Amino acid sequence: MPAEIVIASTAPAIGQRSIPRPALGESPLVKAALIGVALVFLLLFLVIPLVAVFYEALHQGFGPYFDALVEPDAVAAMELTLLAAAVAVPLNLVFGVAASWCIAKFEFRGKSLLITLIDLPFSVSPVISGMVFVLLFGAQSWIGPWLRAHDIQIIFALPGIVMATVFVTFPFVARELIPLMQEQGVDEEEAARVLGASGWQTFTRVTLPNIRWGVLYGVLLCNARAMGEFGAVSVVSGHIRGETNTMPLHVEILYNEYNFVAAFAVASLLALLALVTLVVKSLLEWRYADQIKATRR
Amino acid sequence: MTFQIFARGVAAFVVSVGVAIGAIGLGTNPSAAASTTLLNVSYDPTRELYVAFNKLFAETWAAGNNGDKATIKQSHGGSGKQARSVIDGLDADVVTLALAYDVDAIAEAGLIDKGWQNRLPDNSAPYTSTIVFLVRKGNPKQIKDWDDLIKPGTQVITPNPKTSGGARWNYLAAWGFALEKFGGDEAKAREFVQALFKNVPVLDTGARASTITFVQRQIGDVLLAWENEAYLAVEELGPNQFDIVTPSLSILAEPSVAVVDKVVDRRGTRAAAEAYLKLLYSPEGQELAAKHYYRPRLAEVAARHADQFAQVKLFTIDQKFGGWTEAQAKHFADGGIFDKISANAGK
Repeated sequence: MPAEIVIASTAPAIGQRSIPRPALGESPLVKAALIGVALVFLLLFLVIPLVAVFYEALHQGFGPYFDALVEPDAVAAMELTLLAAAVAVPLNLVFGVAASWCIAKFEFRGKSLLITLIDLPFSVSPVISGMVFVLLFGAQSWIGPWLRAHDIQIIFALPGIVMATVFVTFPFVARELIPLMQEQGVDEEEAARVLGASGWQTFTRVTLPNIRWGVLYGVLLCNARAMGEFGAVSVVSGHIRGETNTMPLHVEILYNEYNFVAAFAVASLLALLALVTLVVKSLLEWRYADQIKATRR
Repeated sequence: MTFQIFARGVAAFVVSVGVAIGAIGLGTNPSAAASTTLLNVSYDPTRELYVAFNKLFAETWAAGNNGDKATIKQSHGGSGKQARSVIDGLDADVVTLALAYDVDAIAEAGLIDKGWQNRLPDNSAPYTSTIVFLVRKGNPKQIKDWDDLIKPGTQVITPNPKTSGGARWNYLAAWGFALEKFGGDEAKAREFVQALFKNVPVLDTGARASTITFVQRQIGDVLLAWENEAYLAVEELGPNQFDIVTPSLSILAEPSVAVVDKVVDRRGTRAAAEAYLKLLYSPEGQELAAKHYYRPRLAEVAARHADQFAQVKLFTIDQKFGGWTEAQAKHFADGGIFDKISANAGK
């Protein structure tokens, strides 16, 4: 039900947007040059590298390609990558929604500090993020001896890898949602409260439906980064083959072993994941275009 | 309505995540009870050697222990970085690193008994190597000896001595050559090494990364490399692309191995770890080392592979530098000569 109300209330905004802008006065030559530059840039920095990855992976045929993908160490790397993403993405989904709801809908002291903190993983080099965990949980840290005594392995094991991934992908959902929710304001929530909805009802029936596309983008981006993260994970991984190597680390190892076909085969799988992410995003955008317009003012 | 679709989608995602975690949890269950796992933390160029050697060990171990299955896990990287990881808690049962100093660092942290170097024969280094030059086919820059590396316009590829053991051997080999050439004049030797590092366009963190820079990315005129690494690059990437040049004088590199006492005692793997290192000294282990272009210690194996290694005058680190501890403090510690050289070289 609330969805219809939303659409009605945003109708004028859509109207405004559809007024065509006056044509700019550039000559056709300038336009062509600008478009040309953009296309060349895209070709050089996006298309050619992508094609190169698939070419290197497949230039000896499909046999070596698939051999590289079903090799036990490669499979272990895929499992680890999926597992890390499977933990990191839901955690950051919950956190991101909660944080952006707090920030966008309420006023409180220390709000700007919270926003800054959420951005921290973006501004810190991933290598530093990894080092932080080594300093915190490594054998030389103050907690290290206690962990050792209780036989708990964090760094150079799965927990460390998951933690580094969570840290690095922390801001994606929140960053996607905060501007969206701030833009939407609190009018609808206030209306819901006045009409007698509880806090939870307001959240699930008004806020969440309004931000669902933002949430989806955030999750997709978060997932792509979680699977592709190299720097932070490299520091905490310990590079044990078949055990603590994620897919990006496995690519590096294969490459360093002169095993170029296998390296690019695994890399192509990562590239494929990225492509699937983008395609899903575009499909959703296309399929639900009207609703996205309605909820994204 | 659409919100319900969305909610269902989220639910499906959560369920699939749960299933995935469950599946992986089942998949990684420890399989058999009677099995031993060891983690060998090693440096960069030993990858191929230990793939082969681990197979040999698994067979030997099973034969001697009622079919007990031994699984060896490997971790490779720059030697200094690997030592750091072990100190930070990477659970290595054995370390097979590029130089004694890195094992000393682990011993310093209390993980390995201080007298480790006397527990196994030959300074606890079962195989040796040296530093040679890898040049492009036909040697277009006519690089014959260390002198040729400091000529302007010659690009030299070596990893960073701060993180890579091989790079420290490179550095010390050059220094030792200069000492010999200038009759022991330290200031001249320093100038020589500084001129050499001025010619280095990229400092990678490990030996293998430098090799890839040289052979795959085609940067540089000469790669300072472990002898075994140079032979492997030629073998893997085709003899028609590179030549190996052996300089008139080089250093005897002794890559060290040790059991990490604290780890094996906690994990109860001492017997297997010690057997693992002992096997490196056996005729079979030495044969494998030689096959991967490491100079074997065992005379009979060395004789069999004599024509494989060029005759070269070698000096040891003890002769020219008074051992690793001294060399490390003087050259590679923070504020040491290498720091000053790289600051002067503008890197």
